[in-house]
Amino acid sequence: MLLPLVWRYLKPYRWLLVGVVVFQLAQSIASLYLPTLNADIIDQGVATGDTAYILSAGAWMLAITLGQVVCSVIAVYFGARAAMALGRDLRSGVFEKVGEFSEREVATFGAPSLITRSTNDVQQVQMLVLMTCTMMVSAPMLCIGGIIMAMQQDLELSWLIAVAVPVLLIAVGLIIWRMVPLFRSMQKRVDRVNTVLREQLTGIRVIRAFVREPIETERFATANAELTDTALRTGRLMALMFPVVMLVLNLSSIAVLWFGAFRIEDGSMQVGTLTAFLSYLMQILMAVMMATFMAVMIPRAAVCADRIQEVLSTEPSVRPPSNPVVNLNGIGSIEFDGVSFSYPGAEQPVLTGLDFRTAPGTTTAVIGSTGSGKTTLINLLPRLFDATDGTVKVDGVDVRDIDPELLWAHIGLVPQKPYLFSGTVASNLRYGKSDATDTELWHALEVAQARDFVAAMPGGLDAPISQGGTNVSGGQRQRLAIARALVKRPAIYIFDDSFSALDLTTDANLRRALRADIGDATLFIVAQRVSTIIDADQILVLEHGEIVGRGSHDELLESSETYAEIVSSQLTAEEAA
Amino acid sequence: MSTTEDAANETSTGSTPAQPAPQRGPMGGRGPMGGGGAPVEKPKNFGSSLKRLMGRLRPESFQIISVTILAVIGVVFSVLGPKLLGEGTNIIFSGAISAQMPAGATKAEVIAGLRASGQDQLADMIAPMQLTPGEGIDFAALGTVLLGVLALYVLASVFMWLQGFVLNGSVQRTIYRLREDIETKLNALPLSYFDKMQRGELLSRVTNDIDNVSQSLQQTLSQALTSILTVIGVVIMMFSISPVLAGVALVTIPLTVLITVIIGKRSQKLFVSQWKHTGELNARIEETFTGHSLVKVFGRQKETNAEFTAKNDELYGASFGAQFVSGIIMPAMVFVGNLVYVAIAVIGGLMVASGQMLLGDVQAFIQYSRQFTQPLSQLGSMANLLQSGVASAERVFELLDADEQSPDAAAPASAPLKADGGSGRLVFDDVTFRYAEDKPLIEHLNLVAEPGHTIAIVGPTGAGKTTLVNLIMRFYELNSGRITLDGVDIATMTRADLRGRMGMVLQDTWLFGGTIRDNIAYGRSGATEEEILAAAKATYVDRFVRSLPDGYDTVLDDEAGNISAGEKQLITIARAFLAQPSVLILDEATSSVDTRTELLVQKAMSALRSDRTSFVIAHRLSTIRDADLIVVMENGHIVEQGTHSALLVQGGAYYRLYNAQFEAPAIEEAELSAVETLVERDNAERAEALRGEVLRGEVATEEGIA
Repeated sequence: MLLPLVWRYLKPYRWLLVGVVVFQLAQSIASLYLPTLNADIIDQGVATGDTAYILSAGAWMLAITLGQVVCSVIAVYFGARAAMALGRDLRSGVFEKVGEFSEREVATFGAPSLITRSTNDVQQVQMLVLMTCTMMVSAPMLCIGGIIMAMQQDLELSWLIAVAVPVLLIAVGLIIWRMVPLFRSMQKRVDRVNTVLREQLTGIRVIRAFVREPIETERFATANAELTDTALRTGRLMALMFPVVMLVLNLSSIAVLWFGAFRIEDGSMQVGTLTAFLSYLMQILMAVMMATFMAVMIPRAAVCADRIQEVLSTEPSVRPPSNPVVNLNGIGSIEFDGVSFSYPGAEQPVLTGLDFRTAPGTTTAVIGSTGSGKTTLINLLPRLFDATDGTVKVDGVDVRDIDPELLWAHIGLVPQKPYLFSGTVASNLRYGKSDATDTELWHALEVAQARDFVAAMPGGLDAPISQGGTNVSGGQRQRLAIARALVKRPAIYIFDDSFSALDLTTDANLRRALRADIGDATLFIVAQRVSTIIDADQILVLEHGEIVGRGSHDELLESSETYAEIVSSQLTAEEAA
Repeated sequence: MSTTEDAANETSTGSTPAQPAPQRGPMGGRGPMGGGGAPVEKPKNFGSSLKRLMGRLRPESFQIISVTILAVIGVVFSVLGPKLLGEGTNIIFSGAISAQMPAGATKAEVIAGLRASGQDQLADMIAPMQLTPGEGIDFAALGTVLLGVLALYVLASVFMWLQGFVLNGSVQRTIYRLREDIETKLNALPLSYFDKMQRGELLSRVTNDIDNVSQSLQQTLSQALTSILTVIGVVIMMFSISPVLAGVALVTIPLTVLITVIIGKRSQKLFVSQWKHTGELNARIEETFTGHSLVKVFGRQKETNAEFTAKNDELYGASFGAQFVSGIIMPAMVFVGNLVYVAIAVIGGLMVASGQMLLGDVQAFIQYSRQFTQPLSQLGSMANLLQSGVASAERVFELLDADEQSPDAAAPASAPLKADGGSGRLVFDDVTFRYAEDKPLIEHLNLVAEPGHTIAIVGPTGAGKTTLVNLIMRFYELNSGRITLDGVDIATMTRADLRGRMGMVLQDTWLFGGTIRDNIAYGRSGATEEEILAAAKATYVDRFVRSLPDGYDTVLDDEAGNISAGEKQLITIARAFLAQPSVLILDEATSSVDTRTELLVQKAMSALRSDRTSFVIAHRLSTIRDADLIVVMENGHIVEQGTHSALLVQGGAYYRLYNAQFEAPAIEEAELSAVETLVERDNAERAEALRGEVLRGEVATEEGIA
């Protein structure tokens, strides 16, 4: 996948690539020409004692050297431009693609994996292209050019190239071939050592509480010894590399001298030619070595390219409508008609045959155990997923026909994991309504029971929030996420288990304030605690993706065994009294 | 507010955003060509840190000396090579020239003849050569010389290899010891150190930094030694061949340094900027992907894309600059090398032509000059590597230098162990403690936990509940006062002895990567399979483990995604159960565990609590009504103590807390009717248990209200 991907993304920069090739060729030729000139100096200048020739040839060499450095720099310029542009385009390609993804695709890949793909993987591919442009391109040129030049100098002697090159390839190849698995096992063992350390740091309280330090130390010692063992073996191989390469190079030059001497003796070759031949052979061998080392980078970059391509060729399962509905009556009704959802390839559907509707201005709650499909149900509303069967309607219109922007503007979501973005409290609150006034923000904070702690934060609304909101506590994060949805003033509010980190007092206060504040907006709540949803107009009991009970709290106590079980299980946990 | 409590709350919500493994930079490893490493972080005190790092090699003194000797021998051999090879060229050259001369004439006659015919230059050139006119190349001599070179080169390679072999061992063993020291240190550090340090930062020190030290030590030591030796050897050889040419070649040194410094400085700055932009962009990507659904639902896709594009363009500009400027270094160095090459070819050619030098020597010289520029530029790049290595070493040393916890008492006291369950009396006697000197937290606290009693601690976040646990476990040392266990001051016991008597279940359900069996067995070393199973059964672990395909051999992975949060909690309870402690500390979870699992958790906890002195940090008041003593804490003080009913009657802080929690509409009748429903459906066993729970709750509530 590496080549097609790189090729496709480099297409806009093909002129830069042409420049790279042209200038690399020029600088390769220049560097190949130098030994010939040197040979001329020896054969026509030194051997004949022609000082003037030596000087003029020297001037030529100088000019060519200058030309070479200029060409090299230009080639680097083009190469760096092309490679960095490729990196930029690949990054934005992946980024925009992920932007089109629905939650389904994001969940399939996993956010951390997507992050690695758009950062590290792109970086790897980009570096390979850069290396290729600045170094690898010239390797075959130097190699082939060197062979041509060497053969031109002396055809008879060129069998030495045919021996030296494979010998070097085999020697270096053997070492690398043995090293690759060692590197891999080394990486695993480094990971192992790091895992043990990580566990020791994260579990330090438990380790100390159970007085397990000696056992942890032993575990670590084993991992450390294993790592050292592999590192030793790898290092020994590495230590072999340089001497072996030097040996091959040096032996080749001895061979050139010995066999060249015979050619000179019978008058078919000049001494200068011998020197030049030697230079070319060295250039060829160096080029071969460089190419070998670079080749090691390719498999790694190829894996990265595959991972990037995988993202790029994934079609989002949620597509915007071609003829979108651009107006909704805004009453905030929700309707599920025989809705099912399953992940592709999954045996069990997550949701099966959901049928319900909510009247505008009412509260609907969904309760059920972990894995019953509550969050998936919620995600169908803003089309984070599309139902695989049946239709989801908002204000009587199939969500798949509504202009996505309009649909999203209609919905205020407080997700299960209350993620905050880096910035300030205010920038987070304005996330859904960028022109909200400070008064609006404070009002939302008030309702979300967040006013006090925000006021106490240094800077108030302008207090910094770190990425993910890690600088505020879980409960605070949840309340800020609620306030963020409130600022937006949508027709439908969705709370996905959004009160879990709040203590019961705050939970109760918040729900009271919320009902009063949102007026006739529709409220859709997923919860674990019965107390949170006890006064909902309609409660849906979800189990294994099916609605097994519906009605008010009192009705359900009578009619639904599952609900009764949930309620009773919480009586001990929490006072529902 | 204490940092510990914050950390605990963090994990309890289970809402920490997914974060990829910490890494210093997005590049991962260092590329083989150093195409764009992280900007070098400057060590604070380069000299002393380097010295200390080198000092760690002391146990390897013998090896290091051997390495030096081997390297010297290897370099001498490899440096002599070109000179000897040059001799070979001389033999060929003079042989070739002699072949053009009439056989039988002497060298003097030929020179005289040349001068007579006006070819003075040729005569000058031939003068220093050893040749017999007409003889041609002396293959015997050439063979001898080349065999000598062959032997030299083979030996040079062998010694280089030996050198690398021995050095590799020394470096790896040194790193092994460094890791070992870190591990020992981690065990000796007080918990306060871990609470104060950011976990990611600490993790990066013990992983990335050590890796970095290892890499730079490995590379710099072996290369620096041979590079410096080679430069010295080459300079000596060059001067011995021709001081004039040597002078020309030495001009490269300042030139090389100049280029490296000028370009290096510029590229360093650009790399810093590239790095900064990479970091920013990656943070943005991370944020957008993690908050993907929010970006959508809040309709921010367009803005997000625009911001990304702007950042991406900035990165493009920065990285192009950095790569271009750093990419110039290579051609520039090649250029310098070629300049020397040209200069030597011309000046050398002139010198050979005028008989001041032999051709083979010029050829040798050219080889030397090539050998010379390479290690020079290597030394340049090594300086960067070393700098970053030393900076990492410095951070590791900082960790190694951190204050350790006070050692256990020399003659440790031990509380008497009583098997009859009478043990476990824990007394706080005028305890004062603060995390930071200027922030009072717990002041003059007195508290008695009688053997077998359950003590519940309630209070708002930051009241000092978790701190109390830290003190009982002696994770932190008191500022004044004392805590006694069965009459013995815990400060005089060894930590291992004290903690061996304690059992702890935290909100943070930490399990390590291993099987469920191993995780339970963690509670007590040497527990038998039967004991493990018994613990699992008593704490309801057995039930769900049986439903897992691999049972007790199920491996819990890093994030333990294969079992639910509640189940994890059950395993931690089983672990504590197995430990059979005399005092138990339970920190209740508040996270949204599946409510039916939570019921099991509650039951398991009460099974664990029976007949043991237990401290329960309660978040839900309902679970602690039957505690023997409820302690209400506010701002580090105990504001109230008593039983549930007594405290409710008192109408103080506890009363207010209690009422605040249970303002929700009543469903009292519903409770019993739920039970009836279950009975009807012939679920007698569960209903029975449930009825017990409900009735007990009922009585307690009535008591409270009365």
